[in-house]
Amino acid sequence: MSMASQQFCTFVLQDEFFGVPVQQVQEVIRYQEMTRVPLVSETVAGLINLRGQIVTAIDLRHCLRMPRRAAGQLPMNVVVRTADGPVSLLVDEIGDVIEVSEDWYESTPQNISPKEKEMVEGVYKLDGRLLLVLNTKRALDIQEALTA
Amino acid sequence: MLKNAQIGVVFGMENSDDIVQEFLVESHENLDRLDRDVVELEKHPSDREILASIFRTIHTIKGTSGFLGFRKLEAVTHVGESLLARLRDGQLSLTPERTTALLTMVDAVRQMLAQIQATGQDGNADHSQLVAELTRLQQSGEQQAVAEEQPQAKEETAALESNQPLSEECPPRETRAEEASASAGDAPAEDGHAREAARESIRVDVTLLDKLMNLVGELVLTRNQILQFTRSTEESNLVTTGQRLNLIATELQESVMKTRMQPIGSIWGRFPRTVRDVALACGKQVRIEMEGQETELDKTLIEAIKDPMTHLVRNAVDHGIEAPEQREAAGKGREGLLKLRAYHEGGQVNIEISDDGAGLNLGKVVEKALQKGLITADQAARLSDREAANLIFLPGLSTAEKVTNVSGRGVGMDVVRTNIERIGGTVDLQSTPGKGTTVKVKIPLTLAIVPALIVTSGGQRFAIPQVSLLELVGLEGEEARKRIERVHGAPVYRLRGSLLPLVYLKRELGQEKACEQSGGGEHTLRNSLNIVVLQADGQRFGLVVDEISDSEEIVVKPLSKHLKHINIYAGAAIMGDGKVALILDVLGLAQHAHVIEEGREHAAVEAEAKQAQEGAGERQPLLLFQHGANGRMAIDLGAVARLEEFSAEAIEIAGDQEMVQYRGQIMPLVRLADTLGTRHAPAAASEGPLQVVVVRAAEGRNVGLVVDRILDIVDETYALDRQTARHGVLGSAVIQRRVTDIVDVGGVIGSSRSGVASAAVGG
Repeated sequence: MSMASQQFCTFVLQDEFFGVPVQQVQEVIRYQEMTRVPLVSETVAGLINLRGQIVTAIDLRHCLRMPRRAAGQLPMNVVVRTADGPVSLLVDEIGDVIEVSEDWYESTPQNISPKEKEMVEGVYKLDGRLLLVLNTKRALDIQEALTA
Repeated sequence: MLKNAQIGVVFGMENSDDIVQEFLVESHENLDRLDRDVVELEKHPSDREILASIFRTIHTIKGTSGFLGFRKLEAVTHVGESLLARLRDGQLSLTPERTTALLTMVDAVRQMLAQIQATGQDGNADHSQLVAELTRLQQSGEQQAVAEEQPQAKEETAALESNQPLSEECPPRETRAEEASASAGDAPAEDGHAREAARESIRVDVTLLDKLMNLVGELVLTRNQILQFTRSTEESNLVTTGQRLNLIATELQESVMKTRMQPIGSIWGRFPRTVRDVALACGKQVRIEMEGQETELDKTLIEAIKDPMTHLVRNAVDHGIEAPEQREAAGKGREGLLKLRAYHEGGQVNIEISDDGAGLNLGKVVEKALQKGLITADQAARLSDREAANLIFLPGLSTAEKVTNVSGRGVGMDVVRTNIERIGGTVDLQSTPGKGTTVKVKIPLTLAIVPALIVTSGGQRFAIPQVSLLELVGLEGEEARKRIERVHGAPVYRLRGSLLPLVYLKRELGQEKACEQSGGGEHTLRNSLNIVVLQADGQRFGLVVDEISDSEEIVVKPLSKHLKHINIYAGAAIMGDGKVALILDVLGLAQHAHVIEEGREHAAVEAEAKQAQEGAGERQPLLLFQHGANGRMAIDLGAVARLEEFSAEAIEIAGDQEMVQYRGQIMPLVRLADTLGTRHAPAAASEGPLQVVVVRAAEGRNVGLVVDRILDIVDETYALDRQTARHGVLGSAVIQRRVTDIVDVGGVIGSSRSGVASAAVGG
């Protein structure tokens, strides 16, 4: 791997193409049954049992202020490592792991709303589509602010 | 110096076993290294580094053995150390004779350690010859020695080549031929024996235990699925295998869970020493009392609270307790008291550290906080005493008049709080000027296994820790509608004559909307009503749930930080089917529902005091029994495990304690008539079997209280009159229109504690 490239685990949210650095991702798993947590912000979709570990699932659609998934559309789990243990990010579809060159990088354009802008670290201009880099830290932070 | 002696005694009695054990484990590790080092040294006799390493090892063993009072071991290692020191410093050179003597010493140390392990003593073996030899070799009459030992040295070389570095000079050894032939077979056996201490406990990474725990959880779930399959199969092989898997998985799960639990005493063990050292350093006299050492906590929590606890203890001695002269002037005894108490409550572990010192100078704390700009004058004016006391947990605040080498650098208390909050705990400090300070630490039972009642609300399962559960009430049909009454709109239920406020779980959790859509309303549409009667800080309330399922042992897991601030959940647990269920925090829930007030502890304490004042009753099921010819006594039924009868022949004596064999355990018996005395004529000596009330004591052990005659179980409201309180008796009350003494079970067991404890060791 050359210095100027990075690997991203990609996923789709409402037709948009997102990615998080592979190093942050612990694993990717299919839909898991979730236990809802009453009284908590809607961003928290519920709790899943990840091989005996209880992991909080965060609904990225809610974080990004996207409409809800259609009934029957089951989200997938991208489990990322955080300082406080693994957290699952709910996404619509899982994509490949792709390698991108730093040359394709550009910071987030100004014309998206400030809240969402915080959630996107930057953009990689791929062939024919854009890869939005999710700011996982921010995604989890916002979620805290919402529930507090 | 007297105080030191006193502390020393307490210290020695309670902890020497542990320390000796630790010493043995450590020394065996050291001896292993010593072996390697000596082997190296033989190859490179002039290597100073190896010599220094051997010196350090022997020095450590010498120091500890001296401290533990193993005089022989100390004597031998002392001369060995002197010799090593001279070798290390180059004053002497290593001759084969000296190597031999050193190795003999290592052997002797090994032998004494084995003795200590077997008997607790360093044995009767005579090492005076070895000591004399080691002493002689410290003389620098080197030339002569070397000349004399020439032939010996040759033999040494031969021995070295055959990997047998010991010469005939070693007193404990047999002839060389025998040794050589036996060595191959013997060495491992001997080794094995000596290392038993090392093998009895090994150090394991806690993360590995975590992983094991999770894996076992998964295994259990897989097992459950397999069992489900076997139910629908005829194949007997599969069924039998499934059953075995079931048993093994259950046992494995229990064992793995146990590996993580440790009694809190394991970190308290060092406190008597800490207290002595700190007290000495600041010229104070302090006695330490500990209660609830057996309270079990998850290992990670034990690790996490070790430092904060130590800090709090040091602080209490350094700042809390006054100097003897000051104490005398204040009309207190010269010796201060530091009390540690641990107990489980409401699914949490509570730890209290209290001193009977001067208490915090609240004015000074507030002033300091103002001075340092930590609070505004406006805030300061509105502070309650309790809030003011808790200011000392702010970063950068220290009220110590002078900075001592013990504490008071202003980095302590805030770190204590951070560390405790990091594991989901809370710290609270209460201080009464002139009377002392109590720091109360509450830690969640992370990973602890608790029995819980599983209930359903809005189609979701929730676990309620059994500790807060009082009883279950089920109302059917008409009753469900009729028996719920309203006080200004608030639903209540008459539970045996007193009003029980009701809380609808579905409403509290905001699940109502979802349910109305699916067709279930409050109780209008239901024809049954389930009430779980709960208690939170002395306040009862009824929790109305959709369904009550079984009770289960659950493993409490913490919630991620995203959910921590919602105080109605105590954690989550993975249920038998692999799904996650939330654990309700009864206190939090009660607050959320406004059944109890936020400042609940104060309220509860005040309510208790009020109750005592007004003589208002307490309702509690009691076991009544006859005491003496005319006396009556009662025990809180909650403390009673079973009622049993034993024939007089079943009683055995160990020490001077009466025992019976009960359910595979040795159960000590406590005769209440002897312990509490009978003020009246004793009951006519009964010929029949002994009636025994089995109560649970610490660590799951049972203690049998022998009573004269069991009379009845009553559930009456009674007012406890504490005027008649005495040792083993909480007070008296009128029960069934007769004056009855209420037994203090803890006190009775405690009074015969030595006996109970010895039974625990013997069993």
